[in-house]
Amino acid sequence: MDKRLVMRGFFISRMLQLVVTMFIISVVVFFILRLSGDPILVVAPDFFSQEQIDQMRKFWGFDRPLGEQYLTFVRKAITGDFGKSYLAKRPAMELILERLGYSWILAAASAAIGLTVAVPLGILSALKRNSLLDLIITLMSSLGTAMPSFWLGLMLIIIFSVHLRILPAYGALQPESIILPSVTLGVGMAARLSRMTRSAMLEVLNQDYVRTAHSKGLMQKTVVMRHALRNALIPIVTVFGLQLGWLLGGSVVVESVFSWPGLGRLMIDSISVRDNTVVQAGLLFFALSFILINYLIDVIYIILDPRIKFQ
Amino acid sequence: MDTQSTNQSNKRAIADIPVRRRLPLRLLAILAKSPVGIAGSLIVTVVVVLAFIGPVISPQDPLSRNIRARFKPPGFVDESGNSYLLGNDQLGRDILSRIIAGSRVSVLVGVVSVLISGTLGVIYGLISGFIGGPVDSVLMRIVDGLLAIPFIILVIAISGVVGAGLSTLILILGFTGWITYARVIRGEVLKVREMEYVLAAYALGQSRLKVMFLHILPNVVASAIVLAAVQVGVTILAESSLSFLGLGVKPPTVTWGLMLSDGRQYINSAWWMTAFPGIAITITVLGVVFLGDWLRDFLDPNVRGRA
Repeated sequence: MDKRLVMRGFFISRMLQLVVTMFIISVVVFFILRLSGDPILVVAPDFFSQEQIDQMRKFWGFDRPLGEQYLTFVRKAITGDFGKSYLAKRPAMELILERLGYSWILAAASAAIGLTVAVPLGILSALKRNSLLDLIITLMSSLGTAMPSFWLGLMLIIIFSVHLRILPAYGALQPESIILPSVTLGVGMAARLSRMTRSAMLEVLNQDYVRTAHSKGLMQKTVVMRHALRNALIPIVTVFGLQLGWLLGGSVVVESVFSWPGLGRLMIDSISVRDNTVVQAGLLFFALSFILINYLIDVIYIILDPRIKFQ
Repeated sequence: MDTQSTNQSNKRAIADIPVRRRLPLRLLAILAKSPVGIAGSLIVTVVVVLAFIGPVISPQDPLSRNIRARFKPPGFVDESGNSYLLGNDQLGRDILSRIIAGSRVSVLVGVVSVLISGTLGVIYGLISGFIGGPVDSVLMRIVDGLLAIPFIILVIAISGVVGAGLSTLILILGFTGWITYARVIRGEVLKVREMEYVLAAYALGQSRLKVMFLHILPNVVASAIVLAAVQVGVTILAESSLSFLGLGVKPPTVTWGLMLSDGRQYINSAWWMTAFPGIAITITVLGVVFLGDWLRDFLDPNVRGRA
């Protein structure tokens, strides 16, 4: 079949999958915030009379049947209207868009740090398998996985902000402010990725074509960079996509530690004051970014590996 | 054919049977060969023992305040000769004793919520993979949808809505963690379902329910155990994050996450309030990760024997 046609089929089926997944997420998110029972009682001040509470319920549409409430929620959400924040009295979407950029910058910086540390270390570890260096790298990566990221963040603040006084600990006012939070998340990311890079490289280094390349008399460097790494990239990219969930989740807690004004901190702040419309919109945004990036990764796959069939 | 060799092979066959009974011994012998396994089981054993006998060996009462010992650095000795090896917090409470007390929550949360999530996830995956067809598709789409919301964010949102507390937190972590198992177990079921011994069980006239629980379930348990070990670590980390954010366990219960949240407030003056509880979490999770790695190598016949 014509390759372009196959490719189009692939994208269409992926888009359909995306719609189904988003539908399920919307149901989950909608009902999570109703787990507490009556959402109005959560936000209504204690001194409100029954009449005022009823009025408020009607105003927010909570007097309608649950199914109808859900449909209204979806209909509006599709147009980008997630309702107003109870607290800020502004559209939730507006609040989220203000913060989204900060979250993206932080995630991108952390992912970049993670990759630049993990890939070379993973390759080194695989090439010098069972050496002391391999042992040290493997141990460090286990340590990085076991460490709570927010604790690492706190320790970095103690060292670089409290004692050495060279980096800002809070906020996003200076360009240097991103260093500590992105290193915090980058270390966790590197720990998780280097382990995978190592095993992916080990697998590839045993392949026939690598042996052939060696026996052709090619230099070690050429073999590793041209023949092995390119093929090892596929599993590395997969793991990167999976660990993205960890990165997004970790960013929520780490943004709170560093008062980084991203989506994660907005979520935590909104949760603590029970500003449910913002929490709802935030959850949907996290899910959507996770899905979209994984979608992008599928496209990268096709570029990396021409053998992959479109299904 | 000479009877001797038949005898011998019979003997060998008989000798092979009780191996099952000696499994704990065999396990120990295999464990002894793996440094990672030794380290992991040692750390986990120490933490579990501390959780059980903590109050007996704790140097101080983890809740007793001492105004004159506020913010004392590690190694402080008060006038009555009590020493505080890891220093004191803002209320003069002994950090070492509080770390020992905190192990209780970590072990409890780790074990109980993983038992809940593991059971749910295995049943879900079993049903999805065994029934197959449209039911499987629907069940797996639900899992895909849930997986798209990062675990910790899902847990934070739910505990924000439902409210905090130790038992609530255990339930929340238990009822969200199953998602991780569902897909893996389903994949295993799909493989096992086509095995000859399953066909044989059908041929012998066993019911579908019996086949599912007696023949398929036991063969996917190994994967579930390995996943569970990983999940214990993830759960302990999640508990500490939630308690740190004020969405998990509430004081006066002592947890490592809450200690870190105290430490953060005095981060400019008392580094030991932050450093030591975090080290406790890291070592504990490291132990669980090591144990999980070793279990995977041991239980997964495909990788068994590999370095």
